[in-house]
Amino acid sequence: MAAYTPDPKSIAGTTLNLHERVEVLVIGAGPAGLAAAMEAARLGRSVVLVDENPIAPETMGENLPLHFGGGMTQAVRNRNAMLEAVVASAPEIAEAFEAGIDIRLGTACWGLYAPSPAVGWLPGPVAGLVDGERTWMVGAERIIVATGRRDMGLAFTGWEKDGVMGLTAALRLAQRYAALRTRRAVVLGSTAETLQGALALRAAGVEIAALIETNATSAGPEALLAELERGGTQLLFGQAPKRAEGADAIEALAVGPVSADGAPIAGAEMTIACDTVLLGIGAVPVIELLDALGCRTVFDTARGGVVPVLDPAQQTTIAGVCAAGDCAGIWAEKTLDTEVARAEGRRAAGGAEAAVSPPAASYDLGAYRLNWVRAAVLETDGTAHVCQCEEVTAREILEVRPPRYLGWESRPSRRNSRDIRSLLGAAPPNPDQVKRLTRAGMGVCQGRRCREQVTALLALATGEEYGSIPAATYRAPVRPLPLMVAAAASEESPAMAQHWDTWFGMPSQYLPPWDLPETYTAASRPKGHEVASE
Amino acid sequence: MSSDDAIRGASVVIIGGGATGLSAGWWLARQGVDVIVLDSGIVGWGASGRNGGGCSHHFSPLFVEEQRLWPQMDALLGYPTEFQPKRIRLAFDEHQLTLYGQAVRNAERQGFGSRLLDARQAKELVPLAGDEVVGGYFYDFGGHANPHRTVQAYAWAMEDHGGRLMQHTRVEGFRRAADGRVTGVVTDRGEIGCDAAVIAAGPATGRLAALLGLDVPMVAARAEMVVTEPLPLMPLGGVDGNGLYGRQTMRGNLAYGGGPHEWIEFGDLVGPPPATPLMTHIAGRLARLFPRAAHARIIRSWAGVIENTPDGRPIIDKPAEPGNVVLATLSSIGFGLSPASGHAIAELVTDGACSFADISSFALSRFRALESDWAAIQGWRAAAPA
Repeated sequence: MAAYTPDPKSIAGTTLNLHERVEVLVIGAGPAGLAAAMEAARLGRSVVLVDENPIAPETMGENLPLHFGGGMTQAVRNRNAMLEAVVASAPEIAEAFEAGIDIRLGTACWGLYAPSPAVGWLPGPVAGLVDGERTWMVGAERIIVATGRRDMGLAFTGWEKDGVMGLTAALRLAQRYAALRTRRAVVLGSTAETLQGALALRAAGVEIAALIETNATSAGPEALLAELERGGTQLLFGQAPKRAEGADAIEALAVGPVSADGAPIAGAEMTIACDTVLLGIGAVPVIELLDALGCRTVFDTARGGVVPVLDPAQQTTIAGVCAAGDCAGIWAEKTLDTEVARAEGRRAAGGAEAAVSPPAASYDLGAYRLNWVRAAVLETDGTAHVCQCEEVTAREILEVRPPRYLGWESRPSRRNSRDIRSLLGAAPPNPDQVKRLTRAGMGVCQGRRCREQVTALLALATGEEYGSIPAATYRAPVRPLPLMVAAAASEESPAMAQHWDTWFGMPSQYLPPWDLPETYTAASRPKGHEVASE
Repeated sequence: MSSDDAIRGASVVIIGGGATGLSAGWWLARQGVDVIVLDSGIVGWGASGRNGGGCSHHFSPLFVEEQRLWPQMDALLGYPTEFQPKRIRLAFDEHQLTLYGQAVRNAERQGFGSRLLDARQAKELVPLAGDEVVGGYFYDFGGHANPHRTVQAYAWAMEDHGGRLMQHTRVEGFRRAADGRVTGVVTDRGEIGCDAAVIAAGPATGRLAALLGLDVPMVAARAEMVVTEPLPLMPLGGVDGNGLYGRQTMRGNLAYGGGPHEWIEFGDLVGPPPATPLMTHIAGRLARLFPRAAHARIIRSWAGVIENTPDGRPIIDKPAEPGNVVLATLSSIGFGLSPASGHAIAELVTDGACSFADISSFALSRFRALESDWAAIQGWRAAAPA
């Protein structure tokens, strides 16, 4: 038999153009990432640590990767000052520099890739990095993802205005950039992360005027709540946001009472003057790189939602890829003691410390989020855009309506009687299917502001539990990447150019019926001439 | 699962809730046939929901029917498909222009017009194109649609006509009568009795046909696409060229794919396959196809799995044995042809023959002399799968 020649039109034989190879790549220079990098260096490995901060002001303006909500001062326009601020924000960064770690600030990772049964052409774990103008591919023996947390969104009226922002985003601006605009804020939510964050912002000079909690009791530690109250914060339980008031930037938040199951009840509306509303309903592990890579994830209330499946050494289900810090799970004890995240980082880097498991969940995260979405999104007039990128309302999501620009709204058709239940089979509704039909989550922010809300809406509409709704998927690039920048990461070799085809490049596939032979064999197949696949 | 044991059987059970299977289900249901479509997951979760949406297959015996149906699909289905007529293909050199001419000749022979565009005309029609364009073709046929919306439209329209859909239902085997005919489809939710069955399960079609002793040769491959943020709408969204296929969506995103595929063993795959850094190559090609969109940002990339038969052409056939089963694989080009392929499949089921097109070239028997190691000969896989 003749030697096997792979299909020249296929990817077989193509090698990925790696611009750089490192032993250990750490993504994210928070406590876990820095500890991981230091431990790897201590173990004699060469380490590159990337962190996307300082983030370009234009990117922040698009609420990427956090919901900055226009909360930054003009200072973020001065890149050098921001670089200095980021370095100054954590003493470990200077220590890591001194330890010889190659730290690259302003460098984001937009994609991770690894060989799998369906991907044979990659040499091993690979990361795509971008530093604004330039993108390139890095091969690594071990990749440690320490990408932290972000904030769950909440679509009450006016939440698209400047001044409504994520609590994590506010902390980021205050602690790492010294560039938070907020003077007087109202906080939504009462988890440990919310309470700790609110206290930290107060320490940074922000007045926390009030804390709104839809539920009857706090989801976080009473001691922190009491501390917040002692400092002058008004605590309002059983209340839900009605609307953010103000022209372009907010001036006040109107709230109203709700029942234990989130329905509005009689009672006076209250208006609280503020320049900022902080979304603290849910701190969400940032798993986007891991999910897009194909790591298995699981909904785990004790670890704060959808998290990667990890072994005791912080290893994901993809060989060579680890997770540490908030992206590996968020719980109160870890939030209140960064040593837990640091230990995870060291273990991910190969350190021999014993693993620490989270304690049982201190509150029912699913029920808590459902209550918030029911009270603030579902039980309101439903005109706020849950998905801000694609301007999709809660009602449009639940009625699986096509986008308004298609003009089917006004057409008398059976379409208008369809809703989320008409998609169901023997399984809970899938947010990705809803995304395909409504475009909720299909925009530039990749659903970072809407996906937990969509999950909650689907659960509420079908009577499912929050945790039983499948998690919407992420896709690379997890940061929007201009075509021309992405293109520079790869060079089309002459061989690739020669064989590049629109489709499979099989001549027999495109023969019109009148030119077809009666029988087909591989040996007699048409070949050697070019074909215009389409 | 005892609660499901009582699933009412149907006259026809279709395995596979992609564009092909659902279209066949819709055609059967609207004729009053009692039909169930089964899918192991969610409708359109395979290649039917991950493709470029093109509807211009001039090389297929189903072309004329494809062209007849697409402009009516919104009205026939009662749900939006986002079908947009016409198509343009840009050439960067005379060689490409010559190569692309085959499409024009194929279409002309079947009664469809097109016209040659010079560089100036091409750039007028495609505002995002640049100076590398030497010309192109305007197809006065074809077009593109939104695969996600179309697949759901088939499913809903089929249900409107009384057809039933069972998602999250895995097929485990078939019940056969003494004469070999299929009398039931065995699933993980119970057995579903039937008078006839259709296997339209994409890359799983070969494995399912093998359960009936039928050899349907195919190998699966992974292919990739990218999508950008929305851009101002061009006059015509269906623009191909520079080795890429795709469309500008009605929202304005550029959704494009192309380039090398990867042959894979479908049986190893759990869930949708990951994309790869091939994205960066597609980005380069797209930036060159549309230089005025080179600043546009990619917001997602994805991969899909499609099966190919040895000659890359469909198998739509009702083999003599078992006699009441229709096999249907569109061999990596299924979405656009689905209005017509479903019609052909429905007629094969009910009448035993297709009335509107000569689909004899889709017969399985064309592979009667196929080598056992055909996939190795073609370089698709080094050895037979274990």
